[in-house]
Amino acid sequence: MSSDGSPEGVNNGRRRFLVATTSAVGAVGAGAAAVPFVKSWNPSAKAQAVGAPVEVSVRELEPGQLMKVQWRGQTIGILRRTEQEISDLPLVDGELRDPDSAESIQPEYAQNEVRSIRDEYLVVNMHCTHLGCVPALNNKSNPPPGVDDWEGGFYCPCHKSRFDMAGRVYKGVPAPTNLTIPPYAFVDDETVLIGVDPEGLA
Amino acid sequence: MAKPASNFSRRMNDLGNWIDQRLPVSAFWKATMTGYYAPKNFNFWYYLGSLALLVLVMQILTGIFLTMHYKPSAAEAFASVEYIMRDVEWGWLIRYMHSTGASFFFIVVYLHMFRSLLYGSHRAPRELLWVFGMLIYLCLMAEAFFGYVLPWGQMSYWGAQVIINLFGAIPVIGEPLTEWIRGDYFISDATLNRFFALHVIALPLLLLGLVLLHLVALRENGSNNPDGIEIKKNKGEDGNPVDGIPFHPYYTVKDIFGVAMFLLIFAFVIFFWPEAGGLFLEHDNFVPADPLVTPEHIKPVWYFTPYYAILKAVPDKLMGVILMGLAVVILFFLPWLDRSPVKSIRYKGIGYKLLLAMFAIAFVRLGMLGMAEGTPAQTIEMRVWTFVYFGFFVLLFFLSPKMKTKPVPERLTH
Repeated sequence: MSSDGSPEGVNNGRRRFLVATTSAVGAVGAGAAAVPFVKSWNPSAKAQAVGAPVEVSVRELEPGQLMKVQWRGQTIGILRRTEQEISDLPLVDGELRDPDSAESIQPEYAQNEVRSIRDEYLVVNMHCTHLGCVPALNNKSNPPPGVDDWEGGFYCPCHKSRFDMAGRVYKGVPAPTNLTIPPYAFVDDETVLIGVDPEGLA
Repeated sequence: MAKPASNFSRRMNDLGNWIDQRLPVSAFWKATMTGYYAPKNFNFWYYLGSLALLVLVMQILTGIFLTMHYKPSAAEAFASVEYIMRDVEWGWLIRYMHSTGASFFFIVVYLHMFRSLLYGSHRAPRELLWVFGMLIYLCLMAEAFFGYVLPWGQMSYWGAQVIINLFGAIPVIGEPLTEWIRGDYFISDATLNRFFALHVIALPLLLLGLVLLHLVALRENGSNNPDGIEIKKNKGEDGNPVDGIPFHPYYTVKDIFGVAMFLLIFAFVIFFWPEAGGLFLEHDNFVPADPLVTPEHIKPVWYFTPYYAILKAVPDKLMGVILMGLAVVILFFLPWLDRSPVKSIRYKGIGYKLLLAMFAIAFVRLGMLGMAEGTPAQTIEMRVWTFVYFGFFVLLFFLSPKMKTKPVPERLTH
């Protein structure tokens, strides 16, 4: 026996080297083997197909018109606003709970006065931020029943929440925040892709 | 007449010896039960460990039987739970035992943890015992969260939404991480299915392993006691602690009494108050999950609300998540934060008693506020108690070596 307790003739340096290399190779192998298990938790091909971005043509959308599409189980509205509606937006700022959308959910590129990439087109998640009902679009000329003094916007039939033409919530209604803006991008002048940020287009 | 009996007992003895030569049953029994000396002055607080074990066994048993009828798919989960409640023979009892058992698990565990704060059971040489206990607590929280999602009611769905979105607050990796946890772009069938797997096999296995480590660490140094004195320092001529008594039969009998009393209360709640007025099973969870309709007031079950209140008290989402995580993590370090020369509250001064009382009030009050609507006044109160909660640990660290203590006796008081 040598002084450190190991039998004579044992090369301790080589033994340490073998232990270290075996451990290292084993750790790499275990790490590699973990990859399939970790990756199996990602959205499956099926989930990806169902949740893929939705391409929408807005060519036939007239000013003042709203169209609805489904994306990831949510109703998404695309509203083409008139010049007048866009220029009227700041007029109601004083009656809104969150006019600058500081508390609301939207991508950075839609956190502006008109809450959109292009002034004309509002792309908005139609579900009321209160309890998820889908509000109706009521233009200025078409106020909801029983409401006078209407500047145009969205009106929720469930609990009477009101939003302006940029989906911004009025004061004194149950909805806590503005309507949510989903990620979206313009593929060209007439096509919107819902579910992708502009920089994700490439 | 005596002859056949002795013949029989001799055979049983032979069988015992045969087994013992192959499996150390009697050696194990002696080491952990009859030959294991525990302090003679255990009080009420020492029921809780055995009760936690009882609830664990009950949860596993009832859980196994629930999986025989439950269907882990978004389309069928809610209906299968109602099927268990209405159509399966005694299904309602098994389900209520499991759902009420979850809340009782936390009641028992919270009291069990508080016992450590009273008597210093987490102090040296039992730091690892405490750390394993904390890991059990973490595991239990995950287990309870996954379990709450399975009935696929509105609160299952939106509770999961809120909790998973907490991970979204982490910069850069937050969003992909939530997607990875969900396995989809919203909480869906994929999420439910994996939470089921974690709830019924992955976490229970981990939990059992941790409980085993907790018990091994406990038997290594033995239980602390209300006086916080090490009984092993004072051994008699037979080598056993003079202030100790064999765990079996003395404490097994005591624990059986505790089990009986516990089951009495437990059965009463199951039969007469299984949902505890929306506290153990929230009203919204009797409505099927609907991704398009958000419940008016989303809140976690009561045992998470103290931490939820801390989350809500902070105006910044990321900071809130960090502080909430810290509120749990800091508990791991308690054995090193308390630097008092004595362990038990019996020999600590008024200072520690005040600190601990404030901490306990803060925890309970935060739990109540976490369930509330969240008016501005409540938000301010949550901030005050969050401050008190963390203040306890800071003050404990700095003041505990200086605070006045009383002399600790040599022997256990009785």
